Amino acid sequence: MKRKKGKLRELVAAEQSLSRRDFLKGAGTAVSGGLLVTGQAAGAPPGAAPKVLGPGAVPVTLRVNGQTHKLNLEPRVTLLDALRNRLDLTGAKKVCDRAQCGSCTVLLDGKPVYACNVLAIEAEGHSITTIEGLSTGDKLHPVMAAFVENDAQQCGFCTPGFVVACKAFLDGHPNPTLEEVNKGLGGNLCRCGTYVGVRQAVLDAAKAMKGGHGNA
Amino acid sequence: MPKCKYDWPGAGERSLIGKRITRIDGPVKASGRAKYTYDINQPGLLFAKILRSPYAHAKITALDTSEAEKAPGVKAVRKIQDVGTELQWVGDEIVAIAATSEEAAEDAIRKVKIEFEPLPHLVNEEDLEQAGSRAKQAGGETSGDPQKAFQDPDVVISEGYYGIPTITHCCLESHGNVAEWTGADTLRTWSSTQNVSGLPGQFGDALRRQNVSVQDNNIETICNYIGGGFGSKFSPDRWGIEAAHLSKLAGGKAVKLMLERNMELEAAGARPSSFAKIRVAAKKDGTVVAWESHSWGTGGPAGTTMPPLPYVFNIPNKVTRHTSVSTNTGPARAWRAPNHPQAALLTLSALDDLAAKVNMDPLEFFSKNADLAGERAETYRQELQKAAEMIEWQKYWHPRGDKTPGTIKRGLGISLHTWGGRGHNSNCNVSIHPDGSVEVTLGSQDLGTGTRTIIAISAAETFGLPVEAIKVNIGTSKYPSSGASGGSTTVGGVSASTRRGSTDALNELFAAVAPSLGVPADQLVAVGGKIQAKGDSSKSLTWKQACAKLGVKTLQTTGKNPGPCALGSSGVGGVEIADVSIDTETGMVRVNRMACAQDCGLVLDVKTAESQCYGAMIMGVTYALFEEKIMDRVTGRMLNNNMEFYKLAGIGDLGELMVHMMTGPGYDERGVIGLGEPPVISPGAAISNAVANALGVRVPTLPITPDKVLAALEKGGVA
Repeated sequence: MKRKKGKLRELVAAEQSLSRRDFLKGAGTAVSGGLLVTGQAAGAPPGAAPKVLGPGAVPVTLRVNGQTHKLNLEPRVTLLDALRNRLDLTGAKKVCDRAQCGSCTVLLDGKPVYACNVLAIEAEGHSITTIEGLSTGDKLHPVMAAFVENDAQQCGFCTPGFVVACKAFLDGHPNPTLEEVNKGLGGNLCRCGTYVGVRQAVLDAAKAMKGGHGNA
Repeated sequence: MPKCKYDWPGAGERSLIGKRITRIDGPVKASGRAKYTYDINQPGLLFAKILRSPYAHAKITALDTSEAEKAPGVKAVRKIQDVGTELQWVGDEIVAIAATSEEAAEDAIRKVKIEFEPLPHLVNEEDLEQAGSRAKQAGGETSGDPQKAFQDPDVVISEGYYGIPTITHCCLESHGNVAEWTGADTLRTWSSTQNVSGLPGQFGDALRRQNVSVQDNNIETICNYIGGGFGSKFSPDRWGIEAAHLSKLAGGKAVKLMLERNMELEAAGARPSSFAKIRVAAKKDGTVVAWESHSWGTGGPAGTTMPPLPYVFNIPNKVTRHTSVSTNTGPARAWRAPNHPQAALLTLSALDDLAAKVNMDPLEFFSKNADLAGERAETYRQELQKAAEMIEWQKYWHPRGDKTPGTIKRGLGISLHTWGGRGHNSNCNVSIHPDGSVEVTLGSQDLGTGTRTIIAISAAETFGLPVEAIKVNIGTSKYPSSGASGGSTTVGGVSASTRRGSTDALNELFAAVAPSLGVPADQLVAVGGKIQAKGDSSKSLTWKQACAKLGVKTLQTTGKNPGPCALGSSGVGGVEIADVSIDTETGMVRVNRMACAQDCGLVLDVKTAESQCYGAMIMGVTYALFEEKIMDRVTGRMLNNNMEFYKLAGIGDLGELMVHMMTGPGYDERGVIGLGEPPVISPGAAISNAVANALGVRVPTLPITPDKVLAALEKGGVA
């Protein structure tokens, strides 16, 4: 009955080469060993003084859903707040604001991250996909369609995060077992209790996405 | 007997009702396009934050906001409580600040200078002896002759201690509002609320008391989507009123004030606790004859009222006594089925222990005593049987204490419940436009229960149209007033008003088209997208052709509930059975399977009805195994005020869940009854009883955490 999300997060962080820890490392903070040295952190020559940004606003360029946005943000502003408050992309929800619930899940270079736990400046230079970027017009992404059909939502507040997490999960697990679904989506929490529908939606979406139209 | 003017169609005449209809707002939610209160971004939007009490009980001795007022970006500052005020819980509101960004508002809050005189507090109530003068007698009753019944030498008596702590609602969309003065005396709010029609009056009352001149009809509250309420979002709350004040001070600019997660858990959600010492007695054949309980609990400063004890079973000889404990914790709010989950846990645990003591299979024990449930006895028997079939009771049940070898012990447990769920007051407008489009408009809200969908079903069924043909307008107080969504009252209310309004509209449409069809209006029916003569499809018009006969005028009717011809009623049962496994080495409990047999009269949409039951069971697993507002005796603070340590079940924490909606003869003719509360009542008791069945020892209080399991096993049981 252990929560798997901690593991998932570490996995994401390790694969992502982009995490708060790397940011701290880049800023010269002591970090315990064993971490993946990322391209970004490794880019600084040994002994070089870290570049300090802020506390005032700095220019930040974000590439979201294929569009480039030039913003002026304080370095402390999270990717989630930048998306929601500056770009009016409100599909990713602010719930725990501490990387605990998954409602703000977005894709960074195709990998799921908690947008509340990524600083906007960390996301610069990466491709960001939000829930809004997964569908066009009235045409739903197959994961969304499966959520609708299986009633995998009630209040719907956790749903966009779940849909994004499912999309990323299915990219890596095109033929998931129920056990894999239970582990792979352990990083998203729902209060209304929609998991029965979510399980079936993921399995149905996996089938629907066969044939290549899943990577919308 | 002639059919009443308004009625639901009979079993053979339904095209939509009772089928599996997909919720109509599914796509907008799943695609992230639905705009919740938290998502409202108005031009020039300001963000507000609140300085709150860090103490459970303290007096403000000094307060200076002058530096905060000068902080960058600050547009409005409000002292909510000033020097001399006593604060009664951690999170009590003191100063509100609106600024141009969330970050600026947070910075300004840190610049408020404040001093406190801490005062003694009480935040724990389980140990009643520590409560002192904060504990007060709060009712109780005696009926029959309990003293004599317990003294009967032929009865078996079971005695126990049981409890369920305070939990928090943890709505994923925190409480909050966006408030904007669109004119000097016109206020618009976007509110995360279960009560869209009722909120303007509450805003108006509070603002007028605080010398802001505004009329209720100049206030509009909007809530198109709400990210969870569960009973905690019926009022604007102090922070909503403050958002309105801040907006006024800032020249009318929109102010967004949403609670942070820690305050959502501490100040905006609390289901009262309930603990009890209970004695129950049965004859040797299992007939329950006597009940004695002393219960206590807290709901924050106001204490608690007694849960309905004994629950469901009207035991002939009983004595109850309740003690209310006032604590310095966030005030109680209604939580799905107020006081019922507590009553179920206390009663069904005590009765399950009694069943074990008389060596009876609890399925037989509860069936035998179902007569004590009065008019719903037969419903319970049917539901017990159905749930037992689903869980394969005969195959998996064993007497207390799983004797199979190994460290994993498995058990089954039963609980049952009841609720009212009569439809609330509801008004709606039904419009049939000459182009054939149909709108139903009412000031209701959809909490995720499927309110929009059942409104569409009610209208579409009446007009013989598909669900997609109905445009449902809800979510603002400008629409005809409809009740708050609480107590499972919404589905009964809005379906009845919609059915009445739609029936009247259809009759007017019949009258308009009757001459051209050459058929009397009362001989017309609406089926399959057509208006046609009863039993003669050759005389028909398509829906569009028929509506074109309206000329240029939209046909409009109003529908009301209550109204003539009852379309719903009140009172349901419900049975749940849990199947758990426990690792006796680690104390971890896992719910393998859970079955729910639930009635709610005429089921309008089986799909969303089942979702209510699945969701309720999952919420129930969560409060049975994980949830507790853990209060620190010394500091008076909540120790787990985040979602890492205030645990909600994840997708992997659940086994197989099964739902059966009781429908057909005996159920359908009762009309529509609400479903939001009933299935969430039983999981705590069902799981607790399953754990007792597996281990052979009772874990007395929820949540059933590993430490409690191991502590119980120290005292007895299988290991």
